[in-house]
Amino acid sequence: MNSRVIRVDQLARVEGEGSLVVKINEGKVTDVKFRIYEPPRFFEAFLRGRKFTEAPDITARICGICPVAYQMSSVMAMEDVIGMNLEGPLRELRRLLYCGEWIESHVLHIYMLHAPDFLGYQDALMLAKDMPDVVTRALKMKKIGNDIVNVVGGREIHPINVKVGGFYRLPRKDELLPLVERLKWGLDQAIETARLVASFNFPDFEVPYEFVSLRHETEYPMMGGRIVTSSGLDISIRDYEFYFEERHVPHSNALHALERGHGRYLVGPLARFNLNYDRLSPLTRQLAEDVKLAPVVKNPFRSIIVRAIETAYAYEEALRIIASYEVPEAPAVAVVPSAGIGCGASEAPRGMLYHRYRIADDGLIRDAKIVPPTAQNQPTIEEDVRLFVTKFVDMPREELTWKCEQTVRNYDPCISCATHFVTLEFT
Amino acid sequence: MAQISTQCLVIGIGNEFRNDDGLGILIAREIRRRNLESVFVLEQSGEGTALMEAWEGPDRVIIVDAIVSGKAPGEIHRLDALQEETPRGFFHYSSHSFGVAEAVAMARQIGKLPEHLILYGIEGKEFGEGVGLSDPVVRSIPELIAMIEDDLHAQRTPQGASQENQPRQSN
Repeated sequence: MNSRVIRVDQLARVEGEGSLVVKINEGKVTDVKFRIYEPPRFFEAFLRGRKFTEAPDITARICGICPVAYQMSSVMAMEDVIGMNLEGPLRELRRLLYCGEWIESHVLHIYMLHAPDFLGYQDALMLAKDMPDVVTRALKMKKIGNDIVNVVGGREIHPINVKVGGFYRLPRKDELLPLVERLKWGLDQAIETARLVASFNFPDFEVPYEFVSLRHETEYPMMGGRIVTSSGLDISIRDYEFYFEERHVPHSNALHALERGHGRYLVGPLARFNLNYDRLSPLTRQLAEDVKLAPVVKNPFRSIIVRAIETAYAYEEALRIIASYEVPEAPAVAVVPSAGIGCGASEAPRGMLYHRYRIADDGLIRDAKIVPPTAQNQPTIEEDVRLFVTKFVDMPREELTWKCEQTVRNYDPCISCATHFVTLEFT
Repeated sequence: MAQISTQCLVIGIGNEFRNDDGLGILIAREIRRRNLESVFVLEQSGEGTALMEAWEGPDRVIIVDAIVSGKAPGEIHRLDALQEETPRGFFHYSSHSFGVAEAVAMARQIGKLPEHLILYGIEGKEFGEGVGLSDPVVRSIPELIAMIEDDLHAQRTPQGASQENQPRQSN
């Protein structure tokens, strides 16, 4: 039995659906295909002919897990078209909204999708059976993120309050203040979470990644800044398509993103952490030190620790923004449409999300390009699986299958925005 | 006018850009348009923990989602979540692995189920990218709305609870 085929029909606990095929022959991995389907292509077509002001609302519907990211990247691209660079309290409020999404998404992934792997549970249900308190705490932590998105974003699943130039409606101070005590509690819990997940057993597995993330002058990156890489690239968001390209691959409906002259790369928590460690707050940097996590982290399984640290950061940042919040004079800056091309990028919980639009004189969208993080990570996910199976090829088949699923889950691949069906096969 | 003693929540689940998966969203909007007293309406993506949060307040919850279980497109399944197990995979097309069925199971586990929880699953046909429902699903809408209205009517009558089979959580 020199050649084998392992097939898992549901890539469990990955948001949405997708499939992974690994072929092993004579102890060597001969093929890895991670298939995803990509609704953003549909949305790119759907956006053509729409008003430029409609893009944030429409793109927010691409994904139920990270609508804020889609909204932010598109709104920033539209503001780029008209030459607006939103700063000050309106931008701070957007950052607060983004903190809400990081909290929701990271807590969901850490506790419901990823931790069960490390604790040896089939899924979060089994975890809830043995550790109901842990699950109840996680739900409470996540709810704080939802409440931020509700108060600032206007609606839980597809926030509708953000518009080109600012917001439709500004939250009152007394709407934000009740969050403070809960955020402080959340921060404590996130610190505990980081300590908990850092105590997990991690496979001995490191990959020499090319990391790519946004980098801001002063902040840990969420919205805007420049695009940097671990090999030293430092470019403006507008130059993304000069340095990165998307290629069709026959096995996936999604386009594979590659760095020109370099190849595959990684976006997401590991990239942000490694490229922006100096932008963490003193508290979260100390937390990283306490749990013995220092750049450069090359073990993708440890991304769960980075998510916990980023969750702590998001609670802390939300507290900072609320503490200095004064209701701005106007909810939005007046917007005068103009023709042109605009680009926007922000850090979705899963990694950098790039949007580019071309707007005509009539203010209508002529074309749109959306590059989601999971499509960017797709070649890297395949390579991780190839390396992992190569290294641990003698592992019992069932365990290896399980570990391969975990290898994919390390990326928290938001397949609902990048795919349709998940089938994990090993051959 | 009798005072309404309970709050009802209708949650429509789906993605309006995935053809029949948009049914839950459409139904939610239809119910919202009727502006019924003490009936709240939410549109959701189907992510399980968000569902659990949503049903924390109200006593009575109705969930509507498109499903695939191999039956004829347009067929309506009605399930009392407090009395029956929700088949996992039943609500497959909510496109999340921690979805409706998992949320119900977990809420049962940690004692966070609402007092009444009715799940409507409507067999879908087309789940590709696109806007608009398939014909069999469209044809099921009037009956589905009528069933939901019956549930809401029973639930909104203060004595309604006694008219219904009174499901209680046993474990």
